[in-house]
Amino acid sequence: MSVVLADLAYWQETTIRLVVGLIAVLLPAGTLVYLFLFKMMSFMQSRLGPMEAGPYGSLQLLAEVGKFLQKEDIVPQAADRLIFKLAPFVVLISTFLLILVIPAGPDLWFIDVDTGIFLGLAVSSISVIGILMAGWASSSKYSLLGALRATGQLIAYELPMVLAVVGVIIQAGTLNVQEIVMAQATGEIFGFGGIGNPYVITQFVGFLIFLIAVQAELTQPPFDMPVAESELVTGYLTEYSGLRFLMFFIGEFATAAIFSALAATLFLGGWYVPGLEATDNLFNVIGPIILLGKMLLVAFFIFWFRFTYPRFREDQLQQLAWKVLIPLSLVNIVITGVLKVVF
Amino acid sequence: MSDTADTKQMAYIAAQAADARVNLEIETEGMTLNIGPQHPATHGTLRIVVRLDGEQVISAEPLMGYMHRGYEKLTEVRTYPQVTTLVNRIDWLGSFANEVPFILAAEQLMEVEAPPRAQWIRTALFEMSRIANVVLFLGDMGVQLGAVTPVFFAFRDREFILNQIEAVTGGRFHPNFDRIGGLKDDLPKGWIDETRGVLKRIRNFCDEIETLVVGNEIFQSRTRNIGVIPADIGLSYGLSGANIRSSGVDWDIRRDGGVGLVHNELDWKVWTHPDGDSFARFWVRLQEVRESCTMIEQILDGIPSGPVMAKVPRIIKVPAGEAYVETENPLGVMGYYVISKGDLTPFRVKIRSASFNNVSITPWLLKGVYVPDVISILASLYFILGDIDR
Repeated sequence: MSVVLADLAYWQETTIRLVVGLIAVLLPAGTLVYLFLFKMMSFMQSRLGPMEAGPYGSLQLLAEVGKFLQKEDIVPQAADRLIFKLAPFVVLISTFLLILVIPAGPDLWFIDVDTGIFLGLAVSSISVIGILMAGWASSSKYSLLGALRATGQLIAYELPMVLAVVGVIIQAGTLNVQEIVMAQATGEIFGFGGIGNPYVITQFVGFLIFLIAVQAELTQPPFDMPVAESELVTGYLTEYSGLRFLMFFIGEFATAAIFSALAATLFLGGWYVPGLEATDNLFNVIGPIILLGKMLLVAFFIFWFRFTYPRFREDQLQQLAWKVLIPLSLVNIVITGVLKVVF
Repeated sequence: MSDTADTKQMAYIAAQAADARVNLEIETEGMTLNIGPQHPATHGTLRIVVRLDGEQVISAEPLMGYMHRGYEKLTEVRTYPQVTTLVNRIDWLGSFANEVPFILAAEQLMEVEAPPRAQWIRTALFEMSRIANVVLFLGDMGVQLGAVTPVFFAFRDREFILNQIEAVTGGRFHPNFDRIGGLKDDLPKGWIDETRGVLKRIRNFCDEIETLVVGNEIFQSRTRNIGVIPADIGLSYGLSGANIRSSGVDWDIRRDGGVGLVHNELDWKVWTHPDGDSFARFWVRLQEVRESCTMIEQILDGIPSGPVMAKVPRIIKVPAGEAYVETENPLGVMGYYVISKGDLTPFRVKIRSASFNNVSITPWLLKGVYVPDVISILASLYFILGDIDR
């Protein structure tokens, strides 16, 4: 985007960045909610899902947003008002910061920094603060239990996620996300460069660990102990209503979309498809669509597990992170490092 | 008291005091959590007060009565045929089964017996209400553990059973079909063939649940060795039904002394499980649904012809006396103790409902478990609030 915006005034550039940023967060989130939460879940559960609002219920999303906007914004009497009201924004901020680092074409990006993936994984943890704020400020026991569970879980699964990415970084030799995509586009598999070198092939262990960790980061089943509705009502969301609940909701699904896009970028080749030169200007147009397609593919798996699995108990969940995923990802790093030296 | 003893004692007291003080400083304050009366996991209004240390339960106490409707007292101002409308609503998921033991008790007092055809149809409907009830449990257990999909399959396939019950009785949830001396009506035309198809669907549902839920590793790790009830403890708390059979107690009133129903003429098996944990309770119920399908299929094949109503007076006056009849209802043993003084209405009715006893084990069972397991254990005990509070 930096090239596109080179000749514009500051305010024009800022406005365009703002609008594109909003679209980049809200459009994938809406797509996920409609395609997966409304339709795929319904078909899996032998029902139709929303059918009335618009063709095949496609306008149901607007109806839902309208419903949430109308609702009363309730703050519990004993709540810490300021923190209670701030918490949803903090969660959303982490989502918006995360999309900064994902490129959608050879010249389409928000920021292009050399430590891109490092920045992305760092800002993704900000949401923990928001969740802890929400849980504490609600002055509800269910919320507090949920927030503490969420914090423990997010911290535990942050590690395997980062370690899974390290394998990709070693193979690409850079922290810059754009260059990781380029490395996949121009890479070769044993001298065959026809499809580039999407890291899902060489880093499939890392890809699986990354997907599992993303599932846990999103607090979705089977890792939804923090919001377990059958025991903690809805965990840290219990006391939220109306617009603020909507913020959490958008945050959840936008983060799902962006983590899926990140997985697609790191492991599936991002905006690149084989058959064209990686520097082809056409990718500036079709890049976002390709990325959206790959993102939906990754998100499909995430939501498939979400609708099928029962949830882990808190201790089982921690055991999986510390006893299985982290050692596995460490082994993956070692093997990747050795192979990097050998080849 | 000598000096040495005194110093020893002083040292002991000092050590105790130091210990107590250390404990006071290290121990965190517990938390009291009210699960319910309004809570998504209690299917109604059961309130469980749990004292928590972190996420571990120190003590749990079920408080009931939020849905008490006074049915035992109300029966005293209803004529005998009217009572079925009340007791229908005790276990509202398997409501026909609630009518049966009361009607059997009244028949015992009046010394009438329903014609064979009525008894066979009664047994068929009794088992169908068991399927309608337990199928929902099989789906709901998944929801309590976080898997949302099975319950939709359960609702989908329960619909077919409810349709069959509706076709006979005219009521989906509250049939009110059982009469003293028989049944209100005969079966409608074509019902038997249709029911065969429905049973095939229920069997498919059981297979589906077996692959989707029972075979799931997370489900197993969440339920195996969780909430273990040893057989002697379970018996001492008065547990019944699948809850006690999953602790390895081979006891089923349908086989061991059923009156009025024709279970003994059918070829079926009582399922037990040696483990006594949540998984065993789920598994036993799953097998019981299949067993009920087998029973109904045999009933459909062997149903005798004849009238469905014995000769009973138009205005029913039950002779003075007492009768206690219990049957193996979907939730466990349900019994009615009816005292009659020869009036139009019962003098006193005591209802022994299964869930009341099944829930009474929770203070013992929940001690020391984690909060997530509280929910899965409660779900696996399978109670219905109407059945607890009456």
